Amino acid sequence: MTEPRNPGTDTRDIDHIESEKHGEPQAEILDATGELGEVKGRSLWADARMRFFRNKAAVFSLGVLGLVMLFAFFGGFLAQYDPAQVDFSLMGANAYRGVPSIETGHYFGTDVDGRDLYARTVIGTRISLLVGIVGALVAVIVGTLYGATAGYVGGRTDQIMMRIVDVLMSIPFMFVLILMLVIFGRSILMLFIGIGLISWLDMARIARGQTLSIKNKEFVEAAVATGVSSWRIILRHVVPNLLGIVIVYATLLVPGMIIFESFISYLGLGIQEPMTSLGALINLGTAQMNNGTLWMLLFPLAFFLVLLFALFFVGDGLRDALDPKDR
Amino acid sequence: MFAYIVRRLAVAVPTLLFLVVFSFVLMFAAPGGPFNSERPLPPQIMANIEARYGLDQPYWKQMWDYVVAVVTQFDFGPSFQYRDRTVNDIIAQGFPVTLTYGLWSAIVAVIFGVALGVVAAIRQNSWVDYTAVGISIGAQALPNFVMGPILVLVFTLWLGLLPGGGWYGGQWQYVILPVVALSTSYMASIARITRSSMLETLNSNFIRTAKAKGLPMRRVIVRHALKPALLPVLSYLGPAVVGMITGSVVVDVIFSTGGIGQFFVNSAFNRDYAVIMGITILVGALTITFNLIVDILYAWIDPRIRY
Repeated sequence: MTEPRNPGTDTRDIDHIESEKHGEPQAEILDATGELGEVKGRSLWADARMRFFRNKAAVFSLGVLGLVMLFAFFGGFLAQYDPAQVDFSLMGANAYRGVPSIETGHYFGTDVDGRDLYARTVIGTRISLLVGIVGALVAVIVGTLYGATAGYVGGRTDQIMMRIVDVLMSIPFMFVLILMLVIFGRSILMLFIGIGLISWLDMARIARGQTLSIKNKEFVEAAVATGVSSWRIILRHVVPNLLGIVIVYATLLVPGMIIFESFISYLGLGIQEPMTSLGALINLGTAQMNNGTLWMLLFPLAFFLVLLFALFFVGDGLRDALDPKDR
Repeated sequence: MFAYIVRRLAVAVPTLLFLVVFSFVLMFAAPGGPFNSERPLPPQIMANIEARYGLDQPYWKQMWDYVVAVVTQFDFGPSFQYRDRTVNDIIAQGFPVTLTYGLWSAIVAVIFGVALGVVAAIRQNSWVDYTAVGISIGAQALPNFVMGPILVLVFTLWLGLLPGGGWYGGQWQYVILPVVALSTSYMASIARITRSSMLETLNSNFIRTAKAKGLPMRRVIVRHALKPALLPVLSYLGPAVVGMITGSVVVDVIFSTGGIGQFFVNSAFNRDYAVIMGITILVGALTITFNLIVDILYAWIDPRIRY
């Protein structure tokens, strides 16, 4: 932010100095009108925050996202039933006895096995959120460090490191992950490992690109001249300057990871009962679509869509606020 | 240019080999053999079966045979689940189906996505623009496994217009819903990419020159702006085609179209490693090939790019 220096500021400075000599009568007036006093510096982050909060869609989505998180982590206290408890009296009678209602305590109705859909939606949303957060965390930590190292060291190391990323990127990971899930058993841990394996690749490329331009800046030169070790330069000087763009891409990555997990769970190859995720719930709801129990599809679907929309809008808002290109 | 293609191939071939070996190693890490069942088979029969599938050989020999067969003859061996069929038979049956609706989806996504993006860019900040951007954000948050059930719900169950599944040799009624389900989110991405690159192009100097010499707007857009604006779309096509191949798994499951995706999921449930590996390697080869083609096209179309 290099604004042209306002000529008005200069004269005011001079006024200020002169008025100090003469017992500053003008200063009080200026102070009262708010004209004087130190011009408060705005940091880049404060600037970004201001831009973000001016974006109404993004702020609203942030609120929605907060509500969904509250639902996912504390909604279980409101549930009247255990998510794994099967109500055998409802089996086969879902269409008229498992209907969503406040009185029975099944706020979202029951699923095909007579389990409380509200409690299961809470768990599903929690798992989906966790998957997104874990994916984004791995991407931020591994991807940023990998990319920053490759970009900063450069030369042959950079070549080899980025070639590895290229090779990994051209592997159809969805298929390989399903192969791994089949072979090592379907567990949440395996799913997290699989998601961790792919999520950092894009981030590494982005971080490397940014690092290439950062490493030619004067402050890095100064650090090199004063004898700071390369590793410390990467951690203390390069990575903090990557944070803006890293945060933006991490936010946009979260919905991608959630879709990825839901995709696999939708196929029935991801999370296993009694745990569940939004993708698995949508799958079960779809299977019952023709039996007059549409709520089994609509409640998980609504949460899934609201979550994704909120994440997309927050990510878009962050990009507009933080991306230096758009200023 | 030629050197660039050679260099890219030099990376692509080892990548594929790595994928083949990696899947094979994974398969051997699996607990239990493919023919272990609740009721153990008599040892002689077991020995016969293992000899038939080459499982009595040492690991390195099996891997070597597999890699050689795949590389030299595209032979993925026999299926473990369908005893009378080879993996190649299964791919030959499912792949044409996947290819048919995959290609249609790609065409639909590109045509509608580009049209939407161009219109939005020309009428920037009007209601047309806002509608187009709104549609593309909405469609992006609707992955194909959500889109599919919604389409079936609306067009099959409520309106009764289109069949909700089946393939029947690819009659048009059966192709529409899979294509729509598969193409929507890619259409949205293409629209967004087109819009922003079109906006950038429309602000450039050569467009101002074209306008200044009095060309009609239509001509400016079609003859001058469209080609440079579509370059980013081209580079998105690689990942998009790969995504569509992956998405075909869900489309197959929802609409029972009988493409390779359906065989893949079935095999995943039945631990038919041979089919899973075969399809994984096929998809890997397709991915690498498509990315290669797109990159070469890009280098060929845009003379500014030097490799």
